[in-house]
Amino acid sequence: MTATPLLDVRDLAIEFKTEGGAVRAVDGVSFSVDRGKTIGIVGESGCGKSVTSLGIMGLIPTPPGRYAGGEVLFEGRDLLKMSAQERRGLRGGRMGMVFQEPMTSLNPVYTIGAQIIECLKAHGMRNAREARDRAVELLDLVRLPSPSSRVDDYPHQLSGGQRQRVMIALALANNPDLLIADEPTTALDVTIQAQILDLMRDLSDRTGAAIMLITHDLGVVAETCDDVVVMYAGKVVERAPAKDLFDGPMHPYTLGLMAAVPRLDTDADRLETIPGAVPPPWAMPAGCRFASRCPLATDQCRQSPPPLREIATNRLVACWRAPIEEIAA
Amino acid sequence: MLNVIAQRLVLSVPVLFGVLLFGFLLMQIVPGDPALVVAGPSATPDVVAAIREEMGLDKPVLVQFWSYLERMAQGDLGRSMISNKAVTEELAAALGPTLELMIGSMLWSVPVGIAMGTLAAVLRGSLVDRAIMALSVAGVSLPIFFISLVLIQWLGVTYPMFTFIGRPGPWYTPEGFNGLFLPALSLGLILIGPVARMTRSSVLEVLKLDHVRTARAKGVSETRVILAHGLRNALIPVITLVGLQVGYLLGGAVVTETIFSWPGLGRLAVGAILSSDFTVAQGTIMLFALGFITVNLIVDILYSLLDPRVRK
Repeated sequence: MTATPLLDVRDLAIEFKTEGGAVRAVDGVSFSVDRGKTIGIVGESGCGKSVTSLGIMGLIPTPPGRYAGGEVLFEGRDLLKMSAQERRGLRGGRMGMVFQEPMTSLNPVYTIGAQIIECLKAHGMRNAREARDRAVELLDLVRLPSPSSRVDDYPHQLSGGQRQRVMIALALANNPDLLIADEPTTALDVTIQAQILDLMRDLSDRTGAAIMLITHDLGVVAETCDDVVVMYAGKVVERAPAKDLFDGPMHPYTLGLMAAVPRLDTDADRLETIPGAVPPPWAMPAGCRFASRCPLATDQCRQSPPPLREIATNRLVACWRAPIEEIAA
Repeated sequence: MLNVIAQRLVLSVPVLFGVLLFGFLLMQIVPGDPALVVAGPSATPDVVAAIREEMGLDKPVLVQFWSYLERMAQGDLGRSMISNKAVTEELAAALGPTLELMIGSMLWSVPVGIAMGTLAAVLRGSLVDRAIMALSVAGVSLPIFFISLVLIQWLGVTYPMFTFIGRPGPWYTPEGFNGLFLPALSLGLILIGPVARMTRSSVLEVLKLDHVRTARAKGVSETRVILAHGLRNALIPVITLVGLQVGYLLGGAVVTETIFSWPGLGRLAVGAILSSDFTVAQGTIMLFALGFITVNLIVDILYSLLDPRVRK
């Protein structure tokens, strides 16, 4: 792979200032996204996946947040070195974002049309008529029924799923190359979830936009993504093509996550869980951050942090004992 | 929109009735005999009794209340016991100057307060923020008569730029504007503090909301994020506050009008109460109440203009 990836995150670190000192929410995260591909970022709450996505968008409030190192290359240019003005030009333009909470992510006092038009105007569309037509077109694209009349609706007149469609329309307004979706279906009920995921996949196929899907739902990842990044406590623990990952996870944490997915084809009374809890950010262990919850941990794991290394083709794992398939077997 | 207005108007009927009842009872309770006031200090008991009969004061309270309601319904507020002019006439003459003073003071202080509050919110924790908050605390805690006297001394006496006695003319004449300046300045100062504080906290609250993050994610300029998404949504509680503050402003107007000899309702009310001019006192109380009802109606209308979720 010699072509420059669309997005190349290298060793990104983001800190937050707290009363107890700086807390590193994202610590040395690296991955890349190719054009038109879908990458899933998976991990439990607080693992830094949302902060990573906000960091890429440039939406981390500073202070208390701070970029503590690394690069975010968008078509080879480092976003972290750009001026605020330049980054703003990319946001909503070539990079769109859909958030977790459709109920609160739209401004209640403006019509949805006005909110889409605002985004179009912020990126250079001057003609009001043209902007309105484009807004209707976008609402049609995300399959909101009767878009030409609903364009004048206020958010409170729409259901959660419809609002999320509007958010997707907003994110796609200026034909972005990268669509970041932070838990876009978590707040929706299951039938709507599938519709929204289908919609995003379909739109990505049509527009060629790459999707970065942040989720804690492995089922969603299995259905949607080409590549998967598994994060734990601010670090990437495993990176692999989705198919390979589901065929054979190589990190004990990934294995644990998969075991925790409820299944219909087994006869278990209780859900599997990973014992223990994520160490708090101010008390990160010196060695592997998963060691305290890992059944396979050795002294080496507890003493020195495992680097992310390529174990097989396209498969990167941060584990001293990986690949674990043989051990488990 | 018309629906909202109609609804509010219907709701204001019981309030108005309550005000009428209160005004009537107040006159029954306060010490002093209206007949004595009308008759004057040198009248004989016979004359006083005759006047009492003429005014209907010898009838049972309920009968008095009924005839009082009848007169009110016809817009007859009676005659001043001192000047013998119709109360409506006295009120009409005083209403203009008071409206001028209230509007004049709000017209500058509400926008300035909102601007100060927004600035403080955006620069939270900075020196500017602290200075604005200190100023607004001072504005709330300093009594209005003190502020007025300081302003008179400073801009009326030491640097005599503005007149401070009476109302030389309507606001659109140069003399009138000059005369309005100091009373409107001092009355507005009591409004700035609360408006600035409420705007600051409301803007800070709104800027934390998800939809503001969405606005930033759209690549909208920071100025627009703060004004169109922060301040615009933050105005709803500020409007409520301003509506409530108009009440304090009326109270402040009584003091301000007295200090500046402003020929408005406040001074009329104080004069009437001091001279036991019951009918005029009653009339001003009612007009104040009516003013409150109107302000609340305006606030409700502004609400539905500002927040589409309130509209039906």
